[in-house]
Amino acid sequence: MTKKNQLTKESGLSRRSFLKGVGLTSAGLAVTSGGEIFAEASGDASVKIISPGGATITLEVNGKKHQLKVEPRETLVEVLRDRLHLTGTKIGCDRGACGACTVIVDGKNVTSCLMLAIDAEGKSIETIEGLEKEGELHPVQKSFIEYDALQCGFCTPGMIMSSKNLLDHNPSPNLADVKHAVRGNLCRCGTYPKVFQAVLAASKQNKGE
Amino acid sequence: MNKFEYAMPQDIPQALSSVQHSGAVFKAGGVDLLDLMKEGIIAPSRLVHINNIEALKVISRTKDGGLALGANLTIAEIAELRELSGAHQALPQAAGSTATPQIRNLATLGGNLCQETRCWYFRDQNFSCSHKGGSQCFALQGENYYHALFDNKSGCVRVNASSISIALVALGAKLRITSAESSRDVSVAEFLVAPSQDIEKTHILERGEIIEAIILPASKPHQRSFYYKQKEKQSFDWPVAEVAVSWVQKGGVCENPTVILGAAAPTPWRSKKAEAVLAGQKITKKLAEKAAQAAMSEATPLSQNANRAKVFEAVIARVISWAGGVDPLQEGK
Repeated sequence: MTKKNQLTKESGLSRRSFLKGVGLTSAGLAVTSGGEIFAEASGDASVKIISPGGATITLEVNGKKHQLKVEPRETLVEVLRDRLHLTGTKIGCDRGACGACTVIVDGKNVTSCLMLAIDAEGKSIETIEGLEKEGELHPVQKSFIEYDALQCGFCTPGMIMSSKNLLDHNPSPNLADVKHAVRGNLCRCGTYPKVFQAVLAASKQNKGE
Repeated sequence: MNKFEYAMPQDIPQALSSVQHSGAVFKAGGVDLLDLMKEGIIAPSRLVHINNIEALKVISRTKDGGLALGANLTIAEIAELRELSGAHQALPQAAGSTATPQIRNLATLGGNLCQETRCWYFRDQNFSCSHKGGSQCFALQGENYYHALFDNKSGCVRVNASSISIALVALGAKLRITSAESSRDVSVAEFLVAPSQDIEKTHILERGEIIEAIILPASKPHQRSFYYKQKEKQSFDWPVAEVAVSWVQKGGVCENPTVILGAAAPTPWRSKKAEAVLAGQKITKKLAEKAAQAAMSEATPLSQNANRAKVFEAVIARVISWAGGVDPLQEGK
């Protein structure tokens, strides 16, 4: 065990829980800045306007509803990670290029860094944390472990979400389908061949082959 | 990102009135907009979210048999639209090779046409470039491999980022632009603005105007089209060269060809030289190569991108061959 790890253990505060604490504090500050929803007259009807301070919305994440106040500028990945503490979804480039932040929204995989949280209201959001059911990992997750389809693991949640989305829509993909499905997920370690193997194997397990 | 107010109109009149507010911009998929805001290139004080407007998601037939595609259809929806196979296949081909599956699920047709150039000097707030109202084009003497090969003498050597616009120009598509007072149809070629017209503008849309639909003319008998994008990493990348073509072909003979190059100039570049080579001729591998050479004879490469002119030559020849039903990789002829 390294010295750094010993220190963490002694203080009784892991890196993750320390970061969570900091995140909570800053979120608390943001909320005090206030915000409201108002309506602006437009012809006979009025347009809903959310002020920069934000509004309370309900997000359905992995089947569970969360009510929270968000500013219009908060992206979905920021809210998932910093407010709901679902840190499985990663931020890589924060510009939609790497796919580390991939989640499934209403049955479509999207980069959650380019989606405003406010736009996800009323939609069904699935993240990596929602794949495990009653202590049992999703076949794609099991398959990634079995085929060693990761090295550093940073791209893995996004890679798994794109793969799961593929199998949701196409239970019997071929290699070309799998390659196509994970085009938007970059892996700097280059584990693509094992990812392809893992997804193809998971599709066979799904069908009980 | 800067703080902003968020307007959520439910129909087009509401959207048009919500955007009449200083610092307001439309947001559809938000892909390019959020990118520009994160980079600090723009800081709108109000976003008008138009993605909830059902009227912008409609697909309908026009009176003369054309197809009107709602501006809020996603790129993924366009890539998979069955009505677009056959003569109009260049459009789904371009849509399918745009960005990644995740981006295609968010980005819209209208937003794609309004997106800004990918020029890295433009997208870096530290460079006050001519397209942002500054005094010089940094790419001209800088890193310009991905910059313009044509129309690059007007003080900004950016290239247009929309692959879909290349296919739409080849197919003669128009945009229906609506304001509170009126509605007009403008060709995609006229919609996009070159630096020689206005160095700071990318398109002609004014505040208070919205793209309602993209209108494809009815396909002609024996019409065919093809689009291909050559990338450095073919799975997902920006183009090194992209080409869209369309023509009527009877008995192997090409009539009324359009040859459009993307990532080649600040706006979709129409190669009249290539079209002149093809018109009235039987499509062969040799003719395709001749047309490609004619197209690139007009190129004026920058300090770093002469190599891309060679890539273009190969891609143009292949796309013409593929569209004409000829194997570009066969020996001889």
